[in-house]
Amino acid sequence: MPSIAVSAHAISASLGNIEVLHGIDLTLPAGCWTSIVGPNGAGKSTLLKVLAGLLPHTGTVTLLDQPLATLPRRVRARQLAWLGQNEATGDDLTVWDIVMLGRLPHQLWLAAPSAADSAAVARALRATQAWDWRGRTLGQLSAGERQCVLLARALAVQAQVLLMDEPLANLDPPHQADWLAVVQALVSSGKTVVSVLHEISFALHADQMVIMAQGRITHQGACADPLTHRALEQVFDQRIVIQALGEQWVALPCVVKASQAPPSVGTGMDCLLPPP
Amino acid sequence: MTAMDRQQRMASCLGVGLLLASLVLLLLGASVGSTGFETVFKVWSDPLAQQIVWDIRLPRTVGAWSAGALLGLAGAVAQGLFRNPLADPYLLGSASGAALGVALALGFFGVSPLATEWLVRLGLTGAAFAGAVGAVLLTLALAKGVQHTLRLLLAGVIVGVVLGAFASLAMLMVPEVTQAMQAFMLGSTSFVGWSACALMAGIWLVCMGLAWMLSHALDGLSLGEATAASLGLPLPMMRVALVAVLALATGAAVAQTGLIAFVGLAAPHLVRSVAKTTHGRLIFLSSLMGGVLLMAADMLARWLIAPQELPVGVLTAVLGGGYLLWLMHRNSHPSAAQRS
Repeated sequence: MPSIAVSAHAISASLGNIEVLHGIDLTLPAGCWTSIVGPNGAGKSTLLKVLAGLLPHTGTVTLLDQPLATLPRRVRARQLAWLGQNEATGDDLTVWDIVMLGRLPHQLWLAAPSAADSAAVARALRATQAWDWRGRTLGQLSAGERQCVLLARALAVQAQVLLMDEPLANLDPPHQADWLAVVQALVSSGKTVVSVLHEISFALHADQMVIMAQGRITHQGACADPLTHRALEQVFDQRIVIQALGEQWVALPCVVKASQAPPSVGTGMDCLLPPP
Repeated sequence: MTAMDRQQRMASCLGVGLLLASLVLLLLGASVGSTGFETVFKVWSDPLAQQIVWDIRLPRTVGAWSAGALLGLAGAVAQGLFRNPLADPYLLGSASGAALGVALALGFFGVSPLATEWLVRLGLTGAAFAGAVGAVLLTLALAKGVQHTLRLLLAGVIVGVVLGAFASLAMLMVPEVTQAMQAFMLGSTSFVGWSACALMAGIWLVCMGLAWMLSHALDGLSLGEATAASLGLPLPMMRVALVAVLALATGAAVAQTGLIAFVGLAAPHLVRSVAKTTHGRLIFLSSLMGGVLLMAADMLARWLIAPQELPVGVLTAVLGGGYLLWLMHRNSHPSAAQRS
């Protein structure tokens, strides 16, 4: 088992004519949960797509000690599972059929699903509390329920590395807590999880954090490290503060009251205030 | 019985129902025509009745089923490939291409009775098929391949509009072809013979086999292009093959029966309204549904104002339009809106 799950060297990538990643070097240890955070437009999702081999780029990505670009497609699909954001449109497929698609990398072409495939699908559905919806179509579910099903689809791949782009979108607090438990169980069983998150308090539960801004990595370190907390506060312009709450870290928003703000600091709401 | 088993059972029942409906309509199709229902009873004793049933009614009924089946198949493939429930088989410009092909053939070869006879049997079919496939190839060239679905869709719309304009121009420049062109644009199964049936059935078998083999790609694409690619599906190759199926099925149907509206669009919707299933089954069931729809429409076209007959494309347009209106009304119902 390699000690490095994913590594990237000199990665640059563009969306249209705009370069959004500028020469990124990154190493993600195996058996760990790494969260990628940063302000909007930092290039987090683009980096995740590059790591999954889903976006053209320059530079090299290595997955479990093998160059990603030369890895056969199906081998890569068995080793790396992807959960994107706002992608699914298959409203007419049943939940069971959707999750079974996660078994495609394991199935022979045109072969019917095996007992092992069905067992993996059932396990994934139960892990995400989606078992009871297995006969319903995706179109009959709420946005949060759909997200649970799509997570189950990614889990059904049983890959060594899972890449998730904003997996908590649309989930209510109990399902967010369930997601956290699923990720922690995956990591304790030796899997590697990489997630792009906007929920900083959840991201701080990870083993390590990659902080990005303007297409570059500004910091990489353990989530419990005070240096990581300072880097986080800095990348969000000191608009959040990281504090301890029991045994965990939470990110709280810093609300600047207009009356307390120095004249040089705008709150972004100045235009709504009456003139002094 | 779980909801999942119920869906599978519904799909199986629908398949059996459509096959039975096809058989019943085939028998009815052999019985309906300008010489009346009695002809079918004299088929063993009267050579003329035998000729009417065997050489005219049966081939056009089987031909209507085959063309409808090809359009239903192409519609399900188009809606899966473009991840758009409003996609239809003509989306890549094949309809306008076929119309232009026919207009050019009529314009160049003339429309004298002799020429028309020859063209009807050989030239028009070939011109329509070449036009349909040529239009799809032009769309692929403009879209620079099949990698980007949206670009492909836009290129298809542009090719459709431009080739349609050229077809209209050809009609304006050679007014004599207008009537023949109208017959083609409205769609008809009148000229379908056994050779056309054999050709369409052969192409249906090839397209169905290919589409079934590629159905996993369509299921995967319903999760988004990135997720489909992450599942190890060779998307570029599969897209090329799916576009080829789409072009071949549509081209073959249009070449034999003209432009039949709505069958390719409505058939997959009708199947989905009964059973929710994966693309492997959806494509097969949509194909059966398309066959039944066009066979029923063809029979109605012959029966409604007998001994005259209506262009079958008019009937499919009216019935298909009505169905879409009903679908819109159903979806705007408060309970449906609440669900979404």
